[in-house]
Amino acid sequence: MDLTIALILLQDGILNGAIYALLGLALVLVFLVTRVILIPQGEFVTFGALTLAFLANGRVPGTAYLLVLLGVLVCLAEAVSSWRTRQWRGYGRTVTWALALPGVLLWLAPLAAGPGVPLPLRVLFALALVIPMGPMIYRLVYQPVEQASVLVLLIISVAVHFALTGLGLLFFGAEGWRTPALVEGSVQIGPVAWTAQTFAVLVLCAALIAALWLFFGRTLYGRALRATAVNRRGARLVGISTRVAGGLTFTLAAAIGALSGMLIAAITTIYYDTGFLIGLKGFVAAIFGGLVSYPIAAAGALFVGILEAFSSFWASPFKEAIVFTLIIPVLLWRSFGSVQLDEED
Amino acid sequence: MTFPRSFRLTLGAAALLAALPLAVSAQIKVGVTVSATGPAASLGIPERDTVALLPTQIGGEQVQYIVLDDATDTTQAVKNIRKFTADDHVDVVLGTSVTPASLAMSDVAAETGTPMISVAANAKLVEPVDGPRKWIFKTPQNDALMAGALADAMVKQNVKTLGFIGFSDAYGDGWLQEMKAAAQAKGIQVVAAERFARPDTSVTGQVLKLLAAKPDGILIAASGTPVALPQRELVERGYKGQIYQTHGAANNDVLRVCGKACEGMILPAGPLLVAAQLPDSNPVKKSALVYVHAYEAKYGAGSTNTFGGHMWDAGQLIQDAIPRALKTGAKPGTPEFRAALRDSLEQVKELPASQGIFTMSPTDHAGLDTRGRVMVKVVDGKWTYQPDL
Repeated sequence: MDLTIALILLQDGILNGAIYALLGLALVLVFLVTRVILIPQGEFVTFGALTLAFLANGRVPGTAYLLVLLGVLVCLAEAVSSWRTRQWRGYGRTVTWALALPGVLLWLAPLAAGPGVPLPLRVLFALALVIPMGPMIYRLVYQPVEQASVLVLLIISVAVHFALTGLGLLFFGAEGWRTPALVEGSVQIGPVAWTAQTFAVLVLCAALIAALWLFFGRTLYGRALRATAVNRRGARLVGISTRVAGGLTFTLAAAIGALSGMLIAAITTIYYDTGFLIGLKGFVAAIFGGLVSYPIAAAGALFVGILEAFSSFWASPFKEAIVFTLIIPVLLWRSFGSVQLDEED
Repeated sequence: MTFPRSFRLTLGAAALLAALPLAVSAQIKVGVTVSATGPAASLGIPERDTVALLPTQIGGEQVQYIVLDDATDTTQAVKNIRKFTADDHVDVVLGTSVTPASLAMSDVAAETGTPMISVAANAKLVEPVDGPRKWIFKTPQNDALMAGALADAMVKQNVKTLGFIGFSDAYGDGWLQEMKAAAQAKGIQVVAAERFARPDTSVTGQVLKLLAAKPDGILIAASGTPVALPQRELVERGYKGQIYQTHGAANNDVLRVCGKACEGMILPAGPLLVAAQLPDSNPVKKSALVYVHAYEAKYGAGSTNTFGGHMWDAGQLIQDAIPRALKTGAKPGTPEFRAALRDSLEQVKELPASQGIFTMSPTDHAGLDTRGRVMVKVVDGKWTYQPDL
């Protein structure tokens, strides 16, 4: 191993680590606000990447139909609860975002998949298809059981993960896809070549993290999320709806997942079930931060990425074993070092 | 309301006739389990789709196919074959797509005395033919057959040192073993062996290590679109030697995902992949094209997949063997018929199918020879037959 190899591995590790960091942040966010361990986070990655890949290959992705289906279910669920409470105020808004929006997107999908559409426009369209799935899944699956224990929510997450993976196979088939690079070209820095796509990933990751920081620090909604994360009951007492907070968190999680997927789909092949492993590594990173700390999770993610790169050089058959075994000492260290908090304090 | 007697009789006869096909049909039952979901779905889906093309009448008897999905899960595959043998009393089992699950199924096949034709590749399934393996046959080419073809091509291309990167599973392990043996026989040295997993998003580390060993050629032993990841990485990192793939890469989706990076790669494959390019003198050309035409008529032009060909060949084997088994006088659905079918499968001689010419024997349950492989190179984004390699 010489310096060049070390630098290339470091570059590879940082690139993957940046993606894990984004997913780790999303996992921490969702867990803090809703106590859900979002195992389906990886599916948003897959759906984002493959929806874009299908559009780029001139095909209408199955996610367009899934969005319509989820939207109809959300409208029905909302109608039932509105009928029970005799409260129809706000139903119009539900119809708009859960029924009209998916319908319009489905109608536009053949156009977006048509020839000559610029890539950034397709990225936006794919995001519009995948992001609303976050709050829809929250409304359908998690909101009815929002008071359940963390364990029940975890089990539900596992179920949602399997359902979405199965749908992924149905929509995208068993073979992998790649998307065209968002930006072309490369630069030579020292002995290592950096492609423009690598820069794009790193810059977008940094920008997303900065945007999240601004969102949580400066905006009313962000502060409401933080308040919910610190103390759910307290937040409700001062008039923050935990439901709105939950929906908003899932929107953010879906957005982060879909964007990460589109970022890496140009660098590696994405399969209908790739997201799970990427999400799991984000989860390892989130565990570093004890599912509560954003900066430690981000640092942990970079560490996981770099460790992965170097272990694939030295001991490729044991790469995954090395990465996932890492959880044990970290958990031990955390369980000795941290104060146990009650679930609902 | 009363009907005349004769009308009632006719009505009764009509009802009987309507019911009769149900009673007499499905004389011969074939249980098919494939991995249509899970990690091996890219193999299992074309295999499942091929079942619809298999003959529904063999030797004057109706054939009923019962198709189940085992989700690439060994436990589920065993459950499926248990169901086939205990509930459906099938006469023969086809499947499944992957080696570990097929191995587990073979015990049930032997225990219940049911012949089984696997569409998984590993030679361990049928070699040596003893114990439970007496009941097991398989249609894909042995890895050793393909590894031998690769070693021959390497000698012709003057490759002295070989790097290896393969799946960290049974496929990669099996290939490393076979390739080392085949390479050694030809005086080629395997200088580096690396592993990666199907869902990996980066193989930079492994590729750097391979490059550091400076081999003349590199073999990528993986299957389906994952083969594109090391291929692209090697090309991007400026590897100038010859890149070889296994027949696991013989899949049109690979070309789509891999793009320009796959240009010039060389692999051994079943003749089915380049059936139309084969010279008319090739004994497999005609039988391979039969499958291509049948599949593309149903699923669209260019949809043929070599994995589906293995299932088609399993269908050809039973089509050849069932008439002989029927001649023994044994009735389908009985243990005697299953034993007769097993014996009959061993008597398959010079049977042309989509992937080669099958000749089974009591010591060979794979049945393919060197006519079951060709060398293929990717030229201008297309599989191109290489008669000289």
